[in-house]
Amino acid sequence: MRISVSVNGTAYEREVEPRTLLVHFLREDIGLTGTNVGCDTSSCGACTVHLNGESAKSCTVLAVQADGQAVTTIEGLAHDGVLHPMQQAFHEQHGLQCGYCTPGMVMAAVSLLDEIPNPTEQQVRLGLEGNLCRCTGYHNIVKAVLACADARTVSA
Amino acid sequence: MTVTDTAPSKVIGTRLLRREDAALLTGEAKFTDDLVVAGALHLAVLRSPYAHARIVSVDVSGALALPGVVAAYSGADLMALWPGPMPSPWVLTPDMLQPPHYPITVDKARYVGDGVAVVLARSNTEARDALEAIDVVYEALPAVVDLEAAASDAVLVHDELGTNKIYTWELKIGEEAVAAAFASAAHTVKERYIQQRLIPMAMEPRAVLVVPQPFGGDITLYSATQIPHLLKLFVALTLGLPEQSVRVVAPSVGGGFGSKLNVYAEELLCVALARKHASPVRWVEERTENAQATIHGRGQIQDVELAADADGKLLAVRVNLLADMGGYLQLLTQSIPILGAFLYAGVYDLPAAYSFSCTGVMTTLTPTDAYRGAGRPEATYAIERAMDALARKVGVDPYELRKRNFIGKEQFPYTAMTGLTYDSGDHATAAAKAIEMADYAGVRAEQSARRAAGSTKHLGIGMSSYFEMCGLAPSRVLASLNYPAGGWEAATVRVLATNKVQVVTGASPHGQGHETSWSMIVADKLGVAPEDVDVLHSDTAISPLGLDTYGSRSLAVGGVAIDMACDKVVDKARKIVAHQLECAEEDLDFVGGVFSVRGSPSQSMALAAVAWEAFSAHNLPDGMEPNLEAHTTYDPPNFSWPFGTHICVVEIDEETGQVEVLKYVAVDDCGNQINPLIVDGQVHGGVIQGLAQALFEEAVYDADGNLRSSTLAEYLVPSAADVPSITTGHTITPSPTNPLGVKGIGEAGTIGAAPAVINAVCDALSELGVHNIAMPASPQRVWSAIQAANGGMK
Repeated sequence: MRISVSVNGTAYEREVEPRTLLVHFLREDIGLTGTNVGCDTSSCGACTVHLNGESAKSCTVLAVQADGQAVTTIEGLAHDGVLHPMQQAFHEQHGLQCGYCTPGMVMAAVSLLDEIPNPTEQQVRLGLEGNLCRCTGYHNIVKAVLACADARTVSA
Repeated sequence: MTVTDTAPSKVIGTRLLRREDAALLTGEAKFTDDLVVAGALHLAVLRSPYAHARIVSVDVSGALALPGVVAAYSGADLMALWPGPMPSPWVLTPDMLQPPHYPITVDKARYVGDGVAVVLARSNTEARDALEAIDVVYEALPAVVDLEAAASDAVLVHDELGTNKIYTWELKIGEEAVAAAFASAAHTVKERYIQQRLIPMAMEPRAVLVVPQPFGGDITLYSATQIPHLLKLFVALTLGLPEQSVRVVAPSVGGGFGSKLNVYAEELLCVALARKHASPVRWVEERTENAQATIHGRGQIQDVELAADADGKLLAVRVNLLADMGGYLQLLTQSIPILGAFLYAGVYDLPAAYSFSCTGVMTTLTPTDAYRGAGRPEATYAIERAMDALARKVGVDPYELRKRNFIGKEQFPYTAMTGLTYDSGDHATAAAKAIEMADYAGVRAEQSARRAAGSTKHLGIGMSSYFEMCGLAPSRVLASLNYPAGGWEAATVRVLATNKVQVVTGASPHGQGHETSWSMIVADKLGVAPEDVDVLHSDTAISPLGLDTYGSRSLAVGGVAIDMACDKVVDKARKIVAHQLECAEEDLDFVGGVFSVRGSPSQSMALAAVAWEAFSAHNLPDGMEPNLEAHTTYDPPNFSWPFGTHICVVEIDEETGQVEVLKYVAVDDCGNQINPLIVDGQVHGGVIQGLAQALFEEAVYDADGNLRSSTLAEYLVPSAADVPSITTGHTITPSPTNPLGVKGIGEAGTIGAAPAVINAVCDALSELGVHNIAMPASPQRVWSAIQAANGGMK
């Protein structure tokens, strides 16, 4: 099937098999490998992207379902060489180690603050429940999201 | 040039943010499966659905007929590619049995997930689709799941061995003293603990890409591995390739925790098939394959006995282990429980009365091997749980019992009864700090109040004090344990003409932040900015010498090697400066990147100038070679001995069995800290992995050997919502063994956590008569234990 998907603001037209998952479309057809695959049961969240501005696990979406939609991946978050505030917060709070879960975790965290601008620690923990990390014990990820929320509040 | 008398700011010890982050945060970093190579063939492995089955026939013709399929092979088809079996070189005892192990099995499948055939196809989906067209006839055999049943040899995993028990390794110190102590001690405890199997579940599954140069003769193996150097060695040895023609690259690696410290079938398959087909070959693991066919950790039955005098002072320790090897021996499978053998006396002053015996047993389950801590968490769990049992017997608080047994600060360096020397330690201080941070007395008071009020929300507090034997390892000690390789690490430090620095290290990071930490060491030693230091690693063409990253060795061995190479660089630079300033070398001070003549500070020369002089080679001392670089290979004289005390506070709802962690305090002493930000990160992650063993994780097998927890939906890697924040604290007792005064920290959290959590759970349940609970302490298990202790429903 022929689909047209906007990814990070660029329109891509591609022929895809109907069974192709969005994550494989992004990685193999578009060549954006920042979105990672960590499981085959939609449990780990490493493949989280934004679909029309909302977080979605791109292994649960068929590429054909994204036809005509707008996708943002981790590659689309930083602009002009400047990290997105959430990326910067992860950096400053040491919210990543091996970095494999990080793209999905950051995309989920951005989406979380869009929904709950000033979350409590518990809301952050529950909000990121669908994204697994094996390195950090989540301590500094939670701190990063809270710090990002604080920074936004101050600058608003 | 002027020299100020203000000391340059030190970089070591600061919370410098990681240089690795930006690439990882933006998707720029490349993991193995991100690498694009045109025309690569995709490998897929057909895996046995039986834990134990004779392979009657394998017919790949159906697969060969499918679109995109280039080749398909049974195990028998591939045997000609293997000059020898897969490596497992650590022969623990002269009579240890070593079952044969090839990348694709031929005679029998010995665990669910054991490879029985492979397909090469143009795409990954075509390769995986074709697996379904391979016809394998199995003759199912009884699974060997239970460890004690396996030891009875009723069903043999490897028929030709005649037994499932492949070795018994013993460490007996003062056998008569042990017997006498248990015969006459005022108190003895005898406990059995189960170390359930764990699945490491690094977030990045394994992946392999091999690019051959059929005419150039070389082959490049990209792998999600912790051990590019060891992998190069073993690929060359196992496949009979000239070592110099094999290049191994570990790109960004998404966590390992020991699971990528191995030589795997798929790595050998991709190399052998890339050569056979003169084509790049790639393979990426699915999560279920990762659960089934990447190594598991732990898997032990521990029988532990303590003998103590009337005051609870330890007199003897006796340990008998049954260790689950799984269906084959992977790289280090058999040795993992032995790495813990030296730590069953924990942090306590045990006289020469220790008996340790471990029997390794084959089962029809996934092979076990190193998982974060590798033998040492198991040992620490056993002694720390048993100490709580002893405290109950003696009738004292667990903290008091520990204080009576700690090796005293004044006893260091301490030669343990095992013959190993603990170079430094101060257990009482670390424990006291943790006790204060956790408000131990306050929790005990609240516990008493709740108990008096008859609350169904039971409060428990548990502690564990640990000693970790890490920084693997002094080569001569490894030799005494029959380990065939050494434990050194290599480093090169090169000051370029423009005073920028290249560091080449044999350590191979996969999330630890080595680039940041190594740049900090060099910055302080050479007086350059950390950002002017480039760190090269994880590619055997760039870093040809190294022994890689595991066993909390990277800083304590590899970092020290870098420090020593910097010293050599400074020594050479000093000779150049002395020559050019016409002064004696010993009259030169080197501070903040500048050499100056003592007493004559106007006479000075910055390292930047020396770097250019060394590069131009216009005016060097007679006989000196140009350029400013030095190489060091550091073989540590001792292990590194980090230690600490962890305390956990839990609340257990009697009606649901739910354990909630209210507080977790970790006080760790890893000596001098290069970057406290990274140290704390290692502790956080380590603690949660240990806590996860205590409360959540278990590789669950049914009686037929089917892995029931083979996805992340069933195997409970905790999420952020499941775990608490961690309160970290540190004491600093520098290691006197190395010039940086550092010790490892990568595994400490995991080692300390599981016993602290379970001791807290047992403490909470003690008023209900429950003193032992198996890991993971799931709500069902806790609730059932409460019911059993009550003799049924309350």
